Amino acid sequence: MPSSLTVYRWELRKLIAQKRTYLGLAVVALIPLAFVIALTLRRGGPNDVAFGDYVHQSGLAIPLVILIFSANFILPLVTALVAGDIVANEDHNGTLKTILTRSLDRRQIFTGKVLAAVTYAAVALIVMCTVATVAGTIASGFNPIVSLSGTRVSAASALGLVYLSFAVYLVPTLAIVAIGLLLSATTRNSAAAVVGTVMFVLLLNLFDVVPGLQGLAPYVLPHQYDAWMGFLRSPIDWSPILRAIWVSAMFAVPSALAGYVVFMRRDVAGG
Amino acid sequence: MNADAGGAAAAAPPIRVRGLIKRYGRITAVDGIDVSVGPGDVYGFLGPNGAGKTTTLRMMLGLIRPDGGTVELFGRDPLIEGARALAGVAGFVEAPQFYPYLSARTNLELLAAYDGGDAASGIDAALATVELTDRARDRVGGYSHGMRQRLGIAAALLRRPRLLLLDEPATGLDPAGMRDMRDLIRRLAGEGITVVLSSHLLVEVDDLCNRVAIVLRGRVVYEGSLAGLRATGDPEYHLRTSDPQATVAVCDRIDGIQDVRRAGGDGVLLRAAESDIAALSLALGSAGIAILELHSQQVTLEDIFLRLTEGEGPATEPVLEAVS
Repeated sequence: MPSSLTVYRWELRKLIAQKRTYLGLAVVALIPLAFVIALTLRRGGPNDVAFGDYVHQSGLAIPLVILIFSANFILPLVTALVAGDIVANEDHNGTLKTILTRSLDRRQIFTGKVLAAVTYAAVALIVMCTVATVAGTIASGFNPIVSLSGTRVSAASALGLVYLSFAVYLVPTLAIVAIGLLLSATTRNSAAAVVGTVMFVLLLNLFDVVPGLQGLAPYVLPHQYDAWMGFLRSPIDWSPILRAIWVSAMFAVPSALAGYVVFMRRDVAGG
Repeated sequence: MNADAGGAAAAAPPIRVRGLIKRYGRITAVDGIDVSVGPGDVYGFLGPNGAGKTTTLRMMLGLIRPDGGTVELFGRDPLIEGARALAGVAGFVEAPQFYPYLSARTNLELLAAYDGGDAASGIDAALATVELTDRARDRVGGYSHGMRQRLGIAAALLRRPRLLLLDEPATGLDPAGMRDMRDLIRRLAGEGITVVLSSHLLVEVDDLCNRVAIVLRGRVVYEGSLAGLRATGDPEYHLRTSDPQATVAVCDRIDGIQDVRRAGGDGVLLRAAESDIAALSLALGSAGIAILELHSQQVTLEDIFLRLTEGEGPATEPVLEAVS
């Protein structure tokens, strides 16, 4: 019998067949490449950023600097590019009625789409991390890095920590996927859902600047983007990572549930 | 499934719709529609554009949530049972739509995967049936409207349906395409598939359907056989008398005579049952009016259909009563 996994496999095949998919992946691959090319052309580096001082000593510092640069806008945008589109493009093509009159329930269609949007976000992170690590290593060598606590971390464990850091960044990314899906199911318009998701995430940064809200800033999404830095202290500081998990869940679970309810109940009148 | 449930499902009619209602704000798009389609029927679902046909079809397929009433397909309500209620059911509402960036074959592969079972093994046959085998590798984005329409049929056939719902399948096809579509539907019906065919043109379906429902402003104004529909229309008579002016006045005094109107020169057109024509001829005689000519005109189904669907207000009421 067809299942959510059937939908998941076909959602991936559809992503592979669409230009939009490669647009997002090209962005996350080109940013580290451009950064490394710029580094090799001049001696300086981004000094005001964590690990910025070490980009010439170790290539493994480069993916971490890239993650800090991309966390607030580029990665949420790439995530929203697919999550915001994944239901709305069915509205645009009129295909929702086509797939909802086969042998799958709406629940299975929705689950398959959630899995596909999460997979795409994870692939984007892996691509960015890998391109940054490989290009960085070629430019600055596979050398140890200095942790945020000032301790020396061997190149091998630094490599593990780099991938672990991108994995932790996936936690708030899941919340962005959920918000994108909710807007995708409710607006039925791909552009509105993508822009809406990015706008919402950017507006959360206001917590950092609006007086009176600053106390809440650690409990909204943007502060969870750098939770991975807990791994780069010795001993490892788990508190930002744990907080990222529950704060992100606070955003992800209601959004995903609301998106699910909307998708289950909405009339499919277009197409 | 136990034997009893299987027996009940087998006995349940392909479609039983009761009291279906859908409102959009203050507009009631579907206003208490009842439809029963029996096994083997080729059922015409007729009405002008905007009558509520497509909304009803969408509710039958579980795409739209009704505000009232129930839908049962082979005894199962799609609102309650979801996709399980669509077992053995296939079709499309409005123009069939596919992923434009995938080929026709890949689109069918996706849909066959969503059907489960061995639906994929029917792809070649379905493409051949609608004569798209040669174009199956092309992206659907480059397909003409008619090709998409045919691909919609192919997609429906993958489900090996017992009930096929087709919304205006011939719309936008050229005359040859329309003929092919008709032949295909006739062939599928011949294989024992129950077919529901929506259309805004009676001529498009009258040689295919054994039963029809005529929908107007969200209500069924006629449901039954085409022969029964033909019988609802009293024949139209053309009458020529020595005094047409006075003839109209005489007609107005006889209850059963309708739609009396002058028809150029000394002619009068009217609709009436044969018994009322007998009464009319006597009344004209006693009023001293001579009948010069009286003959009945052939009333086509299209005439009746147009009268039903274009008649505003009271004109439709007598027919409504005749139905119920």
